[in-house]
Amino acid sequence: MTDRDFDHPDFDHPDVVLVPYGPMLLRGAESVQDLEGTVHAVDRPVVALCRCEKSSRLPWCDGTHKVIPR
Amino acid sequence: MRLPKPRGGLSEWLVARLAEPGLSGAAPDADSWDDESISLWTLHELSFRGFEDADDRAEWDPELLGVRRDLETALEDRLRARWAALTPPPAPAAVDVPAALEDLVAADDGPSLADFVRRRADRDHVLELLRQRSVYHLKESDPSAFVVPRLPVRAKAALMALQFDEYGDGDPNRLHSHLFARGLEAVGLRAEYGAYVDDAVAENLEMNNAGSLFGLHRRLRGAAVGHLAAFEMTSSLPSRKMVQGLDRLGLDGPMAAYYDEHVEADAIHEHLAARDICGTLADDEPDQAAEILFGAFTCLDAEARFATAMLGAWEDQR
Repeated sequence: MTDRDFDHPDFDHPDVVLVPYGPMLLRGAESVQDLEGTVHAVDRPVVALCRCEKSSRLPWCDGTHKVIPR
Repeated sequence: MRLPKPRGGLSEWLVARLAEPGLSGAAPDADSWDDESISLWTLHELSFRGFEDADDRAEWDPELLGVRRDLETALEDRLRARWAALTPPPAPAAVDVPAALEDLVAADDGPSLADFVRRRADRDHVLELLRQRSVYHLKESDPSAFVVPRLPVRAKAALMALQFDEYGDGDPNRLHSHLFARGLEAVGLRAEYGAYVDDAVAENLEMNNAGSLFGLHRRLRGAAVGHLAAFEMTSSLPSRKMVQGLDRLGLDGPMAAYYDEHVEADAIHEHLAARDICGTLADDEPDQAAEILFGAFTCLDAEARFATAMLGAWEDQR
Protein backbone atom coordinates (compact mmCIF):
# COMPACT_ATOMS: atom_id res chain seq x y z
CA MET A 1 0.00 0.00 0.00
CA THR A 2 1.40 3.39 -0.96
CA ASP A 3 1.52 6.37 1.38
CA ARG A 4 -1.46 8.67 1.07
CA ASP A 5 -0.62 12.03 -0.45
CA PHE A 6 -2.54 14.49 1.71
CA ASP A 7 -1.35 17.47 -0.35
CA HIS A 8 -3.28 16.06 -3.32
CA PRO A 9 -6.58 14.73 -2.01
CA ASP A 10 -8.92 12.79 -4.26
CA PHE A 11 -11.93 15.03 -3.64
CA ASP A 12 -12.53 18.75 -3.29
CA HIS A 13 -13.53 19.50 0.28
CA PRO A 14 -13.39 23.28 0.66
CA ASP A 15 -13.83 24.95 4.05
CA VAL A 16 -15.95 27.70 2.51
CA VAL A 17 -18.69 27.13 -0.08
CA LEU A 18 -20.79 29.93 -1.55
CA VAL A 19 -24.26 28.65 -2.43
CA PRO A 20 -25.79 30.41 -5.48
CA TYR A 21 -28.50 32.82 -4.19
CA GLY A 22 -27.95 31.23 -0.79
CA PRO A 23 -25.72 31.31 2.28
CA MET A 24 -22.01 30.80 2.77
CA LEU A 25 -21.28 27.38 4.18
CA LEU A 26 -18.36 27.45 6.60
CA ARG A 27 -16.71 24.28 7.81
CA GLY A 28 -14.63 23.82 10.93
CA ALA A 29 -15.02 27.29 12.45
CA GLU A 30 -14.99 27.75 16.22
CA SER A 31 -16.40 31.28 16.34
CA VAL A 32 -17.96 33.85 14.04
CA GLN A 33 -18.11 37.64 14.52
CA ASP A 34 -21.27 39.34 13.21
CA LEU A 35 -21.70 42.81 11.71
CA GLU A 36 -22.15 44.39 15.13
CA GLY A 37 -18.96 42.87 16.41
CA THR A 38 -20.58 40.22 18.58
CA VAL A 39 -18.69 36.93 18.56
CA HIS A 40 -20.83 33.78 18.37
CA ALA A 41 -19.50 30.37 19.38
CA VAL A 42 -19.93 27.65 16.74
CA ASP A 43 -20.95 24.21 17.95
CA ARG A 44 -21.59 22.49 14.61
CA PRO A 45 -19.19 21.02 12.07
CA VAL A 46 -20.72 23.20 9.32
CA VAL A 47 -22.62 26.48 9.66
CA ALA A 48 -24.56 28.51 7.07
CA LEU A 49 -23.87 32.24 7.21
CA CYS A 50 -26.52 34.59 5.85
CA ARG A 51 -25.52 36.55 2.72
CA CYS A 52 -28.88 38.19 1.93
CA GLU A 53 -28.86 40.03 5.29
CA LYS A 54 -32.60 39.32 5.69
CA SER A 55 -32.23 36.42 8.12
CA SER A 56 -34.14 36.68 11.41
CA ARG A 57 -31.13 35.24 13.20
CA LEU A 58 -28.04 36.86 11.82
CA PRO A 59 -25.29 35.91 11.33
CA TRP A 60 -26.88 32.52 10.61
CA CYS A 61 -29.00 31.68 7.55
CA ASP A 62 -32.65 30.89 8.32
CA GLY A 63 -33.74 30.19 4.73
CA THR A 64 -35.34 33.62 4.21
CA HIS A 65 -33.37 34.13 0.96
CA LYS A 66 -35.74 31.63 -0.65
CA VAL A 67 -38.66 34.05 -0.43
CA ILE A 68 -36.68 36.98 -1.86
CA PRO A 69 -37.23 37.44 -5.62
CA ARG A 70 -33.99 36.88 -7.55
CA MET B 1 -43.01 0.42 23.26
CA ARG B 2 -45.85 -2.07 23.22
CA LEU B 3 -47.53 -3.44 20.08
CA PRO B 4 -50.06 -1.01 18.56
CA LYS B 5 -53.82 -1.53 18.59
CA PRO B 6 -55.02 -3.53 15.58
CA ARG B 7 -57.08 -1.62 13.01
CA GLY B 8 -58.49 -4.57 11.06
CA GLY B 9 -58.07 -8.23 10.18
CA LEU B 10 -54.44 -8.15 9.05
CA SER B 11 -53.10 -6.09 11.94
CA GLU B 12 -55.09 -8.27 14.35
CA TRP B 13 -53.41 -11.36 12.89
CA LEU B 14 -50.02 -9.64 12.95
CA VAL B 15 -50.19 -8.43 16.54
CA ALA B 16 -51.32 -11.89 17.70
CA ARG B 17 -48.54 -13.52 15.70
CA LEU B 18 -45.86 -11.16 17.07
CA ALA B 19 -47.00 -11.69 20.64
CA GLU B 20 -47.13 -15.47 20.20
CA PRO B 21 -44.58 -16.63 17.58
CA GLY B 22 -45.85 -20.23 17.36
CA LEU B 23 -49.29 -19.18 16.21
CA SER B 24 -50.29 -20.86 12.93
CA GLY B 25 -52.57 -19.66 10.15
CA ALA B 26 -51.95 -17.57 7.05
CA ALA B 27 -52.15 -13.80 7.02
CA PRO B 28 -55.54 -12.47 5.87
CA ASP B 29 -55.76 -9.59 3.40
CA ALA B 30 -55.85 -6.11 4.88
CA ASP B 31 -59.39 -4.83 5.03
CA SER B 32 -58.64 -1.10 4.91
CA TRP B 33 -55.90 1.41 4.19
CA ASP B 34 -55.65 1.97 7.94
CA ASP B 35 -55.20 -1.77 8.55
CA GLU B 36 -52.57 -2.03 5.80
CA SER B 37 -50.68 1.04 7.03
CA ILE B 38 -50.47 0.08 10.70
CA SER B 39 -49.44 -3.46 9.69
CA LEU B 40 -46.53 -2.24 7.57
CA TRP B 41 -45.57 0.32 10.21
CA THR B 42 -45.44 -2.49 12.80
CA LEU B 43 -43.37 -4.77 10.58
CA HIS B 44 -40.87 -1.96 9.86
CA GLU B 45 -40.64 -1.07 13.53
CA LEU B 46 -39.16 -4.53 14.16
CA SER B 47 -36.02 -3.17 12.42
CA PHE B 48 -35.88 0.00 14.55
CA ARG B 49 -36.50 -0.32 18.30
CA GLY B 50 -39.01 -3.19 18.31
CA PHE B 51 -41.74 -3.92 20.86
CA GLU B 52 -41.38 -5.13 24.41
CA ASP B 53 -44.29 -7.58 23.89
CA ALA B 54 -43.08 -8.99 20.55
CA ASP B 55 -40.50 -11.70 19.86
CA ASP B 56 -37.25 -10.01 18.70
CA ARG B 57 -36.61 -12.83 16.22
CA ALA B 58 -39.75 -11.82 14.29
CA GLU B 59 -37.68 -9.23 12.37
CA TRP B 60 -36.29 -12.01 10.16
CA ASP B 61 -39.21 -14.46 10.25
CA PRO B 62 -39.63 -15.58 6.60
CA GLU B 63 -43.42 -15.62 6.76
CA LEU B 64 -43.59 -12.11 8.21
CA LEU B 65 -41.04 -10.92 5.65
CA GLY B 66 -43.40 -12.23 2.96
CA VAL B 67 -46.27 -10.20 4.39
CA ARG B 68 -43.98 -7.17 4.64
CA ARG B 69 -42.86 -7.57 1.03
CA ASP B 70 -46.46 -7.67 -0.23
CA LEU B 71 -47.36 -4.55 1.76
CA GLU B 72 -44.20 -2.78 0.59
CA THR B 73 -44.88 -3.66 -3.04
CA ALA B 74 -48.40 -2.24 -2.79
CA LEU B 75 -47.08 0.94 -1.15
CA GLU B 76 -44.24 1.42 -3.63
CA ASP B 77 -46.60 0.86 -6.59
CA ARG B 78 -48.96 3.48 -5.18
CA LEU B 79 -46.14 6.00 -4.62
CA ARG B 80 -44.67 5.46 -8.10
CA ALA B 81 -48.12 5.83 -9.70
CA ARG B 82 -48.52 9.23 -8.00
CA TRP B 83 -45.09 10.33 -9.27
CA ALA B 84 -45.83 9.07 -12.78
CA ALA B 85 -49.18 10.87 -12.81
CA LEU B 86 -47.46 14.19 -12.12
CA THR B 87 -44.79 14.18 -14.75
CA PRO B 88 -43.04 12.01 -17.30
CA PRO B 89 -39.78 10.98 -15.60
CA PRO B 90 -36.93 13.27 -16.71
CA ALA B 91 -34.12 11.78 -18.78
CA PRO B 92 -31.68 10.85 -16.00
CA ALA B 93 -28.45 11.78 -17.76
CA ALA B 94 -29.65 15.30 -18.51
CA VAL B 95 -30.72 16.14 -14.98
CA ASP B 96 -28.90 18.64 -12.76
CA VAL B 97 -30.14 16.99 -9.57
CA PRO B 98 -29.68 19.86 -7.06
CA ALA B 99 -31.44 22.25 -9.46
CA ALA B 100 -34.21 19.73 -10.16
CA LEU B 101 -34.72 19.29 -6.40
CA GLU B 102 -35.00 23.04 -6.00
CA ASP B 103 -37.59 23.15 -8.81
CA LEU B 104 -39.63 20.36 -7.23
CA VAL B 105 -39.64 22.11 -3.86
CA ALA B 106 -40.48 25.47 -5.44
CA ALA B 107 -43.41 23.90 -7.32
CA ASP B 108 -44.80 22.28 -4.17
CA ASP B 109 -48.15 23.93 -3.47
CA GLY B 110 -49.40 21.63 -0.71
CA PRO B 111 -51.14 23.24 2.27
CA SER B 112 -48.86 24.30 5.11
CA LEU B 113 -49.53 23.06 8.63
CA ALA B 114 -46.84 25.45 9.89
CA ASP B 115 -48.75 28.40 8.41
CA PHE B 116 -51.88 27.23 10.20
CA VAL B 117 -49.99 26.87 13.48
CA ARG B 118 -48.42 30.31 13.11
CA ARG B 119 -51.69 32.13 12.46
CA ARG B 120 -54.83 30.26 13.46
CA ALA B 121 -54.35 27.01 15.33
CA ASP B 122 -55.58 26.74 18.91
CA ARG B 123 -53.79 24.82 21.63
CA ASP B 124 -55.69 21.57 20.97
CA HIS B 125 -54.82 21.67 17.26
CA VAL B 126 -51.14 22.10 18.08
CA LEU B 127 -51.13 19.31 20.66
CA GLU B 128 -52.84 16.99 18.18
CA LEU B 129 -50.30 17.90 15.50
CA LEU B 130 -47.42 17.25 17.91
CA ARG B 131 -48.86 13.83 18.78
CA GLN B 132 -49.00 13.01 15.07
CA ARG B 133 -45.51 14.38 14.42
CA SER B 134 -44.11 12.39 17.35
CA VAL B 135 -44.44 9.19 15.29
CA TYR B 136 -41.54 10.46 13.19
CA HIS B 137 -39.71 12.95 15.40
CA LEU B 138 -39.10 10.42 18.19
CA LYS B 139 -37.12 8.38 15.63
CA GLU B 140 -35.91 11.40 13.69
CA SER B 141 -33.20 10.62 11.12
CA ASP B 142 -33.17 6.92 11.98
CA PRO B 143 -34.48 5.78 8.55
CA SER B 144 -31.67 7.73 6.81
CA ALA B 145 -29.04 6.08 9.03
CA PHE B 146 -29.66 2.76 7.24
CA VAL B 147 -28.57 4.35 3.95
CA VAL B 148 -24.98 5.18 5.01
CA PRO B 149 -23.25 1.90 4.02
CA ARG B 150 -25.04 1.87 0.65
CA LEU B 151 -23.52 5.08 -0.71
CA PRO B 152 -20.33 5.90 -2.62
CA VAL B 153 -17.55 7.90 -0.95
CA ARG B 154 -18.63 11.53 -1.30
CA ALA B 155 -22.33 10.97 -0.61
CA LYS B 156 -21.44 8.77 2.36
CA ALA B 157 -19.19 11.42 3.95
CA ALA B 158 -21.84 14.12 3.43
CA LEU B 159 -24.67 12.00 4.84
CA MET B 160 -22.54 11.30 7.92
CA ALA B 161 -21.91 15.03 8.38
CA LEU B 162 -25.68 15.61 8.29
CA GLN B 163 -26.53 12.65 10.52
CA PHE B 164 -23.85 13.68 13.05
CA ASP B 165 -25.65 17.01 13.45
CA GLU B 166 -29.06 15.27 13.66
CA TYR B 167 -27.67 13.04 16.39
CA GLY B 168 -26.46 15.99 18.46
CA ASP B 169 -22.83 16.32 17.24
CA GLY B 170 -21.87 13.72 19.82
CA ASP B 171 -23.81 15.36 22.67
CA PRO B 172 -26.82 13.20 23.70
CA ASN B 173 -28.56 16.30 25.08
CA ARG B 174 -28.72 17.74 21.56
CA LEU B 175 -29.95 14.64 19.73
CA HIS B 176 -32.93 15.93 17.75
CA SER B 177 -35.30 13.12 18.74
CA HIS B 178 -34.32 13.76 22.38
CA LEU B 179 -35.00 17.50 22.00
CA PHE B 180 -38.45 16.60 20.66
CA ALA B 181 -39.07 14.25 23.61
CA ARG B 182 -38.19 17.06 26.02
CA GLY B 183 -40.53 19.32 24.09
CA LEU B 184 -43.40 16.81 24.38
CA GLU B 185 -42.91 16.60 28.15
CA ALA B 186 -42.88 20.38 28.44
CA VAL B 187 -46.28 20.70 26.74
CA GLY B 188 -47.76 17.92 28.88
CA LEU B 189 -47.63 15.09 26.33
CA ARG B 190 -46.08 11.63 26.68
CA ALA B 191 -42.50 11.46 25.48
CA GLU B 192 -41.71 7.77 25.33
CA TYR B 193 -40.81 6.27 21.98
CA GLY B 194 -43.92 5.38 19.95
CA ALA B 195 -46.29 6.93 22.51
CA TYR B 196 -48.93 8.11 20.03
CA VAL B 197 -48.76 5.55 17.23
CA ASP B 198 -52.33 4.46 18.01
CA ASP B 199 -53.48 8.03 17.28
CA ALA B 200 -51.66 8.29 13.95
CA VAL B 201 -53.93 8.88 10.96
CA ALA B 202 -53.37 6.67 7.90
CA GLU B 203 -51.80 9.57 5.94
CA ASN B 204 -49.23 9.96 8.71
CA LEU B 205 -48.50 6.22 8.83
CA GLU B 206 -48.10 6.14 5.06
CA MET B 207 -45.70 9.10 5.20
CA ASN B 208 -43.63 7.27 7.82
CA ASN B 209 -43.85 3.96 5.98
CA ALA B 210 -42.53 5.56 2.79
CA GLY B 211 -39.48 6.92 4.65
CA SER B 212 -38.79 3.55 6.28
CA LEU B 213 -39.31 1.68 3.00
CA PHE B 214 -36.71 3.88 1.29
CA GLY B 215 -34.29 3.64 4.20
CA LEU B 216 -34.49 -0.11 4.62
CA HIS B 217 -33.92 -1.12 0.97
CA ARG B 218 -30.53 -0.67 -0.71
CA ARG B 219 -32.35 -0.68 -4.05
CA LEU B 220 -34.17 2.49 -2.96
CA ARG B 221 -31.08 4.41 -1.71
CA GLY B 222 -31.64 7.14 -4.31
CA ALA B 223 -35.23 7.64 -3.21
CA ALA B 224 -34.07 7.67 0.42
CA VAL B 225 -31.61 10.53 -0.05
CA GLY B 226 -34.03 12.41 -2.32
CA HIS B 227 -36.67 12.10 0.39
CA LEU B 228 -34.18 13.39 2.95
CA ALA B 229 -33.25 16.36 0.75
CA ALA B 230 -36.87 17.41 0.21
CA PHE B 231 -37.50 17.08 3.94
CA GLU B 232 -34.54 19.31 4.83
CA MET B 233 -35.32 21.80 2.05
CA THR B 234 -38.83 22.36 3.43
CA SER B 235 -37.94 22.54 7.10
CA SER B 236 -36.18 25.79 7.91
CA LEU B 237 -38.90 28.34 7.09
CA PRO B 238 -41.80 26.17 8.40
CA SER B 239 -39.85 25.54 11.62
CA ARG B 240 -39.67 29.29 12.15
CA LYS B 241 -43.45 29.51 11.68
CA MET B 242 -43.88 26.70 14.22
CA VAL B 243 -41.80 28.72 16.71
CA GLN B 244 -43.99 31.79 16.10
CA GLY B 245 -47.19 29.76 16.53
CA LEU B 246 -45.95 28.02 19.70
CA ASP B 247 -44.92 31.41 21.14
CA ARG B 248 -48.32 32.88 20.26
CA LEU B 249 -50.04 30.09 22.21
CA GLY B 250 -47.74 30.37 25.21
CA LEU B 251 -46.08 27.05 24.35
CA ASP B 252 -42.61 28.59 24.27
CA GLY B 253 -39.92 26.61 26.04
CA PRO B 254 -38.39 23.27 25.04
CA MET B 255 -40.86 22.52 22.20
CA ALA B 256 -40.26 25.92 20.62
CA ALA B 257 -36.53 25.33 21.18
CA TYR B 258 -36.79 22.08 19.21
CA TYR B 259 -38.22 23.91 16.19
CA ASP B 260 -35.84 26.80 16.74
CA GLU B 261 -32.91 24.39 16.46
CA HIS B 262 -34.28 23.26 13.08
CA VAL B 263 -34.40 26.78 11.65
CA GLU B 264 -30.61 26.94 11.73
CA ALA B 265 -29.73 23.28 11.40
CA ASP B 266 -31.88 22.63 8.36
CA ALA B 267 -30.72 25.82 6.64
CA ILE B 268 -27.36 23.99 6.58
CA HIS B 269 -28.65 20.48 6.00
CA GLU B 270 -30.64 21.37 2.91
CA HIS B 271 -27.44 22.26 1.07
CA LEU B 272 -25.56 19.20 2.33
CA ALA B 273 -28.49 17.01 1.26
CA ALA B 274 -29.19 18.53 -2.16
CA ARG B 275 -25.61 19.11 -3.34
CA ASP B 276 -23.20 16.92 -1.41
CA ILE B 277 -25.44 13.87 -0.92
CA CYS B 278 -27.90 13.81 -3.84
CA GLY B 279 -25.73 15.70 -6.33
CA THR B 280 -22.66 13.52 -5.85
CA LEU B 281 -24.70 10.30 -5.77
CA ALA B 282 -26.22 11.23 -9.13
CA ASP B 283 -22.72 11.98 -10.46
CA ASP B 284 -21.37 8.64 -9.31
CA GLU B 285 -24.48 6.57 -10.09
CA PRO B 286 -26.40 8.35 -12.88
CA ASP B 287 -29.21 5.78 -12.81
CA GLN B 288 -30.08 7.09 -9.33
CA ALA B 289 -30.98 10.61 -10.55
CA ALA B 290 -34.60 9.75 -11.37
CA GLU B 291 -34.89 7.78 -8.13
CA ILE B 292 -33.68 10.79 -6.12
CA LEU B 293 -36.43 12.93 -7.64
CA PHE B 294 -39.03 10.21 -7.04
CA GLY B 295 -38.04 10.15 -3.36
CA ALA B 296 -38.15 13.94 -3.09
CA PHE B 297 -41.57 14.07 -4.74
CA THR B 298 -42.85 11.38 -2.38
CA CYS B 299 -41.74 13.37 0.67
CA LEU B 300 -43.53 16.52 -0.52
CA ASP B 301 -46.62 14.64 -1.70
CA ALA B 302 -47.00 12.60 1.50
CA GLU B 303 -46.69 15.75 3.62
CA ALA B 304 -49.31 17.49 1.45
CA ARG B 305 -51.71 14.56 1.87
CA PHE B 306 -51.13 14.53 5.63
CA ALA B 307 -51.63 18.31 5.89
CA THR B 308 -54.81 18.12 3.80
CA ALA B 309 -56.20 15.39 6.06
CA MET B 310 -55.41 17.28 9.28
CA LEU B 311 -56.69 20.65 8.05
CA GLY B 312 -59.81 18.99 6.62
CA ALA B 313 -60.62 17.26 9.92
CA TRP B 314 -60.16 20.50 11.84
CA GLU B 315 -62.32 22.36 9.35
CA ASP B 316 -65.09 19.78 9.83
CA GLN B 317 -65.01 20.35 13.60
CA ARG B 318 -65.70 24.05 13.28
